[in-house]
Amino acid sequence: MVSTYRIQGATGEWEVVIGLEVHAQVTSNAKLFSGASTEFGAEPNTQVSLVDAAMPGMLPVPNRECIRQAVRTGMAIEAQINKYSRFDRKNYFYADLPQGYQISQLYHPIVGEGQLLIDADEKAGIPEDKVIGIERIHIEQDAGKLMHDQHPTMSYVDLNRCGVALMEIVSRPDMTSPAEAGAYVRKLRSILRYVGSCDGNMEEGSMRADVNVSVRKVGDSELGTRTETKNVNSVRFVMQVIEHEANRQVDLIEDGGKVVQETRLFDVASGTTRSMRSKEDAHDYRYFPDPDLLPLELEDDFLADCRSSLPELPDAKRRRYETELGLTPYNARELTAEVETFARFETLLSAAALRIGKPEAEVATQVANWALSVAPGVLKSLGAEADPAHASAGAQAAILAMQDKGEISGGQAKEIYEIVLKTGRDPEEIADTEGLKQVSDTGAIETAIDDILANNQDKVEQYKGGKDKLFGFFVGQTMKAMQGKANPAVVNQILKDKLG
Amino acid sequence: MSVTREEVAKIASLARIRMGEDALDRMVPELNNILDWVEQLSEVDTSGVEPMTAVISNSLRLRDDVVDAIPETAGGRREDVLANAPVAEHGFFGVPKVIE
Repeated sequence: MVSTYRIQGATGEWEVVIGLEVHAQVTSNAKLFSGASTEFGAEPNTQVSLVDAAMPGMLPVPNRECIRQAVRTGMAIEAQINKYSRFDRKNYFYADLPQGYQISQLYHPIVGEGQLLIDADEKAGIPEDKVIGIERIHIEQDAGKLMHDQHPTMSYVDLNRCGVALMEIVSRPDMTSPAEAGAYVRKLRSILRYVGSCDGNMEEGSMRADVNVSVRKVGDSELGTRTETKNVNSVRFVMQVIEHEANRQVDLIEDGGKVVQETRLFDVASGTTRSMRSKEDAHDYRYFPDPDLLPLELEDDFLADCRSSLPELPDAKRRRYETELGLTPYNARELTAEVETFARFETLLSAAALRIGKPEAEVATQVANWALSVAPGVLKSLGAEADPAHASAGAQAAILAMQDKGEISGGQAKEIYEIVLKTGRDPEEIADTEGLKQVSDTGAIETAIDDILANNQDKVEQYKGGKDKLFGFFVGQTMKAMQGKANPAVVNQILKDKLG
Repeated sequence: MSVTREEVAKIASLARIRMGEDALDRMVPELNNILDWVEQLSEVDTSGVEPMTAVISNSLRLRDDVVDAIPETAGGRREDVLANAPVAEHGFFGVPKVIE
């Protein structure tokens, strides 16, 4: 099955071909080639070493952790890891780049061919097994930051980000709709966050994409001329850029024009792209091997350490949740999408299983429903009244255990959790002192049922005469008599026995 | 291999070196002489020889991921970093407005 995303032009249907270059900031304490800090949000130019400022005579020395994170990321996308790679200089002049060149890897990148499975989405037309090829990942330096709105005639330059390590992750032109590109970025972000090689924070610029788009008539095998829209920093914007570029290119071609291979900028306010003419002649980067840096050769021990430090990845975790824990595909997907979600779930699952005294697989569905719908619902309804610090796994496990034993109902579980979130009190103590327990004591329930049956002889006769629907009436009466606190399972059982 | 006048002018412009017509007149034959001279190296048969990456056989050294471990390559020295800037304001470098 292929994507059915089409642009309807005046001369027929067009399809879109998309490739993405994602720049992901490597999670590390220090920069790629210096000891300066990478922390976000510091005072301007306070995290700039003489290496980053490109003072004469300074030599770059690579940060081992940045290399390690790039290799681990490569392994996570099943890519070929190049034991031999090298750094090259990409030469251009710009005010945010004091060296006059960016140290990157053009000819021998550290990571080669890999791939990534994007999540299926029937509504968005993404098939089950859609795999996006990844051409390469290379390591390079980030540039500084320019601010244009602080002074009437000057731009201000902050070099704090200058020299921070980036991974450039280059996809194959394998995507054919905005939805697929969005799913690709989401999946890549999820994998990076699982691996811990990038925090995936798009607002702070930790991940940004260059979006390559071209169009061709449906059925054509040759690729059209592509444009590259730079520095797009959210999934939604990536999708907007594609939508807009594809339509612009189709209109242009159908009006007799030609798409120019060029760099474009996305304007968030209007949702459109425009040409970035000044960059055109800058494409001549005159790459050459950086004479300051020897080739990077990776040892087997280093690679083995990288591999053994990889966590269970999203696809594997999702499969395991479905097969071993018996969760629904929907729950498995929701729980594994984000690192924080599965971490909370797994902590709660093991606490709950221990408390209940059953294997994890037997309580997983109950815990998943609690974690995905009940607990967030309670938290949301309380708003500012809730103190999330009280939402400990221990407290939630205690509630789930009481519910599992039939001591409390689902409604009571919610009520108890509300009090926990507001006060931090112990759930079992709340259940006792607030009267939030259901009665499972068969004696009390039997007495109530005997009364009800005695007072409703007529209905008992009708029921025995075949009016099955009356069973609900007896349950309702019993629950009413027990002030809603009777264990429904026990009530049902006793009623069935008595009514024969 | 040789370069044309246009190529020399382009290389100069990419390197931000201002070069007048006189300078170009001199530079084109000079560069071509250098290229011719280096070209003689191609007379040597180097098939099967790995490109040399360094004069001394050595491996790339790596640093540990520790912030400000060595003063010479540490951050936190804004005064030094900005010392040579033609304009420095509020802790930033000030440069002629560059905007797309």
